[in-house]
Amino acid sequence: MMELIDTYWLYFLVGQYPKGPLGGLALTVILASLGLLLALPLGVLLGLGRISENAWLRLPISGLVFVVRGTPLLMVVFWAYFFLPSVTGHKTDQFSTMLVALVIFDAAYLAEIVRAGLQALPKGQWAAARSLGLSHAQALRYVLLPQALRHMLPSLVNQFISTIKETSLGTIIGLAEVSFIANQINGQILVKPLEVYTVLGLSYFVMCFGLSRLAHGLEARMDGPTARQA
Amino acid sequence: MPHLDFTLLLHGQYRDWLLAGFLFSLQLTALTLVFALPLSLCIALLRLAPSRLAQSLGFAYVEGVRSVPLLVHMLFWYFGAPEALPDSIKAWVYSEQFPGSVEAAAALIALTLYTAAYMSEDIRSGLRAVPHRQLDAARALGFTFLAAMRLVILPQALRITVPPLISQTLNLWKNTSIATVIGAAELMYQAQRVETASFRGFETFAVVTGAYLSISLLITAFAQLYQWRYPVRVAQS
Repeated sequence: MMELIDTYWLYFLVGQYPKGPLGGLALTVILASLGLLLALPLGVLLGLGRISENAWLRLPISGLVFVVRGTPLLMVVFWAYFFLPSVTGHKTDQFSTMLVALVIFDAAYLAEIVRAGLQALPKGQWAAARSLGLSHAQALRYVLLPQALRHMLPSLVNQFISTIKETSLGTIIGLAEVSFIANQINGQILVKPLEVYTVLGLSYFVMCFGLSRLAHGLEARMDGPTARQA
Repeated sequence: MPHLDFTLLLHGQYRDWLLAGFLFSLQLTALTLVFALPLSLCIALLRLAPSRLAQSLGFAYVEGVRSVPLLVHMLFWYFGAPEALPDSIKAWVYSEQFPGSVEAAAALIALTLYTAAYMSEDIRSGLRAVPHRQLDAARALGFTFLAAMRLVILPQALRITVPPLISQTLNLWKNTSIATVIGAAELMYQAQRVETASFRGFETFAVVTGAYLSISLLITAFAQLYQWRYPVRVAQS
């Protein structure tokens, strides 16, 4: 096992970089972070659409969210893989394909987190903000969203854990993230699959378990001061 | 937009492939449920048992399994785990008698262990939602821990636990698609096969997306029906 780590640790961490494109564990982390960051604004918009009073906005967005949440991520990846090139007109690389799929998929899940966060706020907050003369948009921006986002923090960290795990599907379209690299290493040495996949599992475990403890800690802290009932 | 033609997919060989994949995905879901439900109940009981060792074992299982992507579980059970088997069993498992069985077995094991970790958390929070004094009262009446669980706590926790378990079943249905990475012949695998053979990418993916959605819709509708028929009753404390 030590020999394996000694030979391949750099390849495992960054792929062929600096002689080739960045890959490995570094690519996994970058893809997951970028995916969640880009999905967040889209998720807030979709979440707002889900509870909009305008049916022309609410119904199509609810339909979209349901369709994405009812489909496996792999299906979304395949749609992106085969149809992004025909939509954009030029060949898209695996990284952008996976990123687009992750952003669409995560935004649908974040939309439900945002919706639940907003609906959990006391009704009086909305009424009070409006009666103080704030417009619809101002009430959302200065009163409701800041409170809702604070409550959503543990869910957001959990969503980040899911996103890290989801990046592993990039393997299927040939994206050189850490699972793909592990497959390559396994193909080169052939005789140690148990060790290779154990190391791969352990690397995901370290990242995700650390984050899950963080979410747990945040949740415990939030049990302290909560929004007062208006 | 190119001319769309679904007739090719809805007749003959391609239809048979897609149908076989659809049925296999359903079977995988059902079999996983059969194995994962009892396993997850055991893990939930471990985490609530009055023993430190049992609690840490349950905790280690849940966190260990949930922190690793399902894809890696699949790779581990398909490529890694068979290496640890003795040679005679390995030869028997890989013999030509059972084509595709190694893929199916690895997918089933990975899905079962992964789903059970999630379901055990739902069962645990359902059990914890029943006030603790119910357990104390049962114990004071002379029930053992397991008897108190079975006769007093579990029946009350069931209503709270079933809705999240249904939504885990929906996740399980979608997760079966990942088995394509180890070549198990489920729906996503057959979709890629049909796409490669027919060059009808758009139509194939549309049909397969529809197939996934239809089952998702059924599961969601069932969850709604259950919640309407058996609403959660707040336990008296």
